[in-house]
Amino acid sequence: MIKNTAKKIYVFLIFVFLYAPIATLIVLSFNASKTRAKWGGFTLKWYIALFKNDDILQALFNTLAIALIASLVATVVGTIACIAIMNLKKRSRTVVMGITNIPMLNADIVTGISLMLLFISMGLRFGFGTILLSHITFCIPYVILSVMPRMKQLNPSTFEAALDLGAGPIYGFFKVVFPDILPGVLSGFLMAFTMSLDDFIITHFTKGAGVDTLSTKIYTEVKKGIKPEMYALSTIIFVTVLILLLLVNKAPADKKQEA
Amino acid sequence: MNSTKKKLLGTPYFIWSAIFIVVPLCMVFYYGLTDKSGAFTMENILSIATPEHSKALWLALLLSLISTVICLLLAYPLAMILCKMNVNQHSFIVLIFILPMWMNFLLRTLAWQTLLEKTGVINSILTFLHLPTLNIINTPYAIVLGMVYNFLPFMVLPIYNALSKIDVNVINAARDLGANELQVFLKVTLPLTVPGIISGITMVFIPALTTFVISNLLGGSKILLIGNVVEQEFTQASNWHLGSGLSIVLMLFIILNMVISAVFDKDGEGSVL
Amino acid sequence: MKKLFCSTLALCAALSLILTGCGSSGSGENGEVVVYNWGEYIDPETITMFEEETGIKVVYDEFETNEVMYPKVEAGATAYDVICPSDYMIQKMIDNDLLAEINFDNIPNAKNIGQQYFEQSKEFDPDNKYSVPYCFGTVGILYNKTMVDEPVDSWSILWDDKYADNILMQDSVRDAFMVALKLNGYSMNSLDENELEAAKNSLIEQKPLVQAYVIDQVRDKMIGNEAAIGVIYSGEAIYTQRENPDLEYVIPKEGTNVWIDSWVIPKNAPNKENAEKFIDFMCREDIALMNFEYITYSTPNVAAQALIEDEDIKNSKIAFPDLSQYDNLETFHYLGEEGDELYNNLWKEVKAQ
Repeated sequence: MIKNTAKKIYVFLIFVFLYAPIATLIVLSFNASKTRAKWGGFTLKWYIALFKNDDILQALFNTLAIALIASLVATVVGTIACIAIMNLKKRSRTVVMGITNIPMLNADIVTGISLMLLFISMGLRFGFGTILLSHITFCIPYVILSVMPRMKQLNPSTFEAALDLGAGPIYGFFKVVFPDILPGVLSGFLMAFTMSLDDFIITHFTKGAGVDTLSTKIYTEVKKGIKPEMYALSTIIFVTVLILLLLVNKAPADKKQEA
Repeated sequence: MNSTKKKLLGTPYFIWSAIFIVVPLCMVFYYGLTDKSGAFTMENILSIATPEHSKALWLALLLSLISTVICLLLAYPLAMILCKMNVNQHSFIVLIFILPMWMNFLLRTLAWQTLLEKTGVINSILTFLHLPTLNIINTPYAIVLGMVYNFLPFMVLPIYNALSKIDVNVINAARDLGANELQVFLKVTLPLTVPGIISGITMVFIPALTTFVISNLLGGSKILLIGNVVEQEFTQASNWHLGSGLSIVLMLFIILNMVISAVFDKDGEGSVL
Repeated sequence: MKKLFCSTLALCAALSLILTGCGSSGSGENGEVVVYNWGEYIDPETITMFEEETGIKVVYDEFETNEVMYPKVEAGATAYDVICPSDYMIQKMIDNDLLAEINFDNIPNAKNIGQQYFEQSKEFDPDNKYSVPYCFGTVGILYNKTMVDEPVDSWSILWDDKYADNILMQDSVRDAFMVALKLNGYSMNSLDENELEAAKNSLIEQKPLVQAYVIDQVRDKMIGNEAAIGVIYSGEAIYTQRENPDLEYVIPKEGTNVWIDSWVIPKNAPNKENAEKFIDFMCREDIALMNFEYITYSTPNVAAQALIEDEDIKNSKIAFPDLSQYDNLETFHYLGEEGDELYNNLWKEVKAQ
């Protein structure tokens, strides 16, 4: 019993640590003063201003669309790539995994500028498309890094057994392999989605004029102070996702779902 | 499906990475190995030996190593606890850890500033309670805190993934054979989660090593990390050659990471994971 | 988990659909103009007015530092028509042949810009051919009257150990060295190694007293009483005073930096005529006034200065200092790649201490 309480306290403390800044952002979204350093009383005006601000809403749309498409593509390509990588010889596997790690390791600005130069040499028009290409590029490694540990724990004989029993490779994959690696695939997707939401530097160098994401908007605002509308938007996103999570978690049908 | 066919499945990714990872990488090498006139030089890479650069590298290594260890120590028990919780809540718990990251990184880091400052939220509460104040803003401690905060989910998720994959029967079998809790952990659980741990270490250590935003905002820019140097070469000095040269040095840590992983990976598969 | 995943997807998709409605319209009847400006450096209302009056569609893009803007323009990834860089960066762009000469016949409102600002611009644009001033200001000391009770008139207060851990310095090479060079009585565009060495030593000596090197957070930190003294741009000073009346701004007697951000037209601009129309519109006194009131950075537009209703602001020494009163004001020059490297290496030595 004591052990259980200790565990709960531990989890609780970690949550406090993770959510303290979010709570701060939420409080700031109701702050009547424009600066984060001073409390000027309670207000809802930033929420009203937010919905009047077409630029921010357009940026929100771009951000979500890019994150969603990029992480979906990255998840498909990355998961398939994992199967191939597992079957490579040791040496080539090491090389491929090394290359996979590069976008994570390189300073964002290096990746950003080199992609910009690449797109220029390819004669691409800068805009939504170039942002998407670069986001897919840096999302794939996160998928591979999440899926690979799962793949490794797979027992290869189960898949072969399925084939021996007459399953086609695709059917066999979805029936035998996929359920086992699904948690890895999903967390890879989530991570890719998250990284794409947050990226600033790479987006900056690969975007065209007039196409903005929330990150590029926020960073350019630093010079004159973050607009409190941004805090309001963050709060709305947070609350929406949280409510969604709670609803889904309450749904009784979920009991049968594996994690 | 034979192994050659399976390898073919990787073609889209291999082509993709050739165009979008290898070509840009070649550009980095080109800049890193040339000077402004375009002539070959090793100077950019060797400049890591200057006292300022090597100190920045050493500090970055130290801080990111400490952060990685703290993340691991916090994340492992957490993942174990989460794993034993009601199955119904799994997905919920995982998302709860990712959710903070959906708020913009810069906003979250600025929020830490609001919390930690001399007249910030935490100190106001401490003063109100007549407790001594916390003065870690603009010190290496704040940077470590920022790194742990930002990268902890990257450590929790792969370990959680690996743990949830362990067959309960294996653990029960070990217990039946007379292993105590500690032995089960050391001989069964831990070895089976090594791939997850290594993934986690890679995902925490590497971004922590190259970060510059955290040291700027929480370290008051008084502490120069190698990420700051690279960033400064690109954004303030417009010296892409030196910036690229130092990036190449940082890439050596991919290789180092691979070697270490190979040593720890009991399967002897020698890959990063 | 699957269900959760699907709901997340559905939510995103739904949101995306809703938001698609917010998309902006195509190009205007009279073509477009692509503007590249500092973040939050214009009153958005003026853009709408420009579009309505001229039928030219404005594609607006923002950057956060000169150095991040430069490679994008140099590489030509996007062809911009109007850009608003700072003084030394304009000089660098002129040196590297990136700018087009402006036809001032198309910008009659340029007459609203005070002659002294064109005079000051000659430091980086010797013939006034490439740039039209948009905003200007000084760099000075912002201090909190409740924490500092002595008169402040010199950079040397930033070296006073009474204020240890209460000093905010600028976190950019040139600004930090400007303070140290001026303190030692040298030019802030110095390339003399002995002078720079002296400045570096001053900065190293100062480092233990500095609470943090910051760029934009100096504003929030000073408003929040986080520090006693900070180095700040004059445009920010007006805003911080509005938020925290205890703050006071001074231009030190050793002299300082007068900076100017000006409109320029890059050589590869596809819509040069529209660009000139845009610059002309920005020079109109009512538009300049709107922008000044929105961003609080001083406008060099004397016609707009005369229109300011708030007497305190109109006569503010912070917003509109009498530049002739100081004889050691300077504007940053582009020092060439070697000069930049020299400064940068010294700055790294300071930072690595």
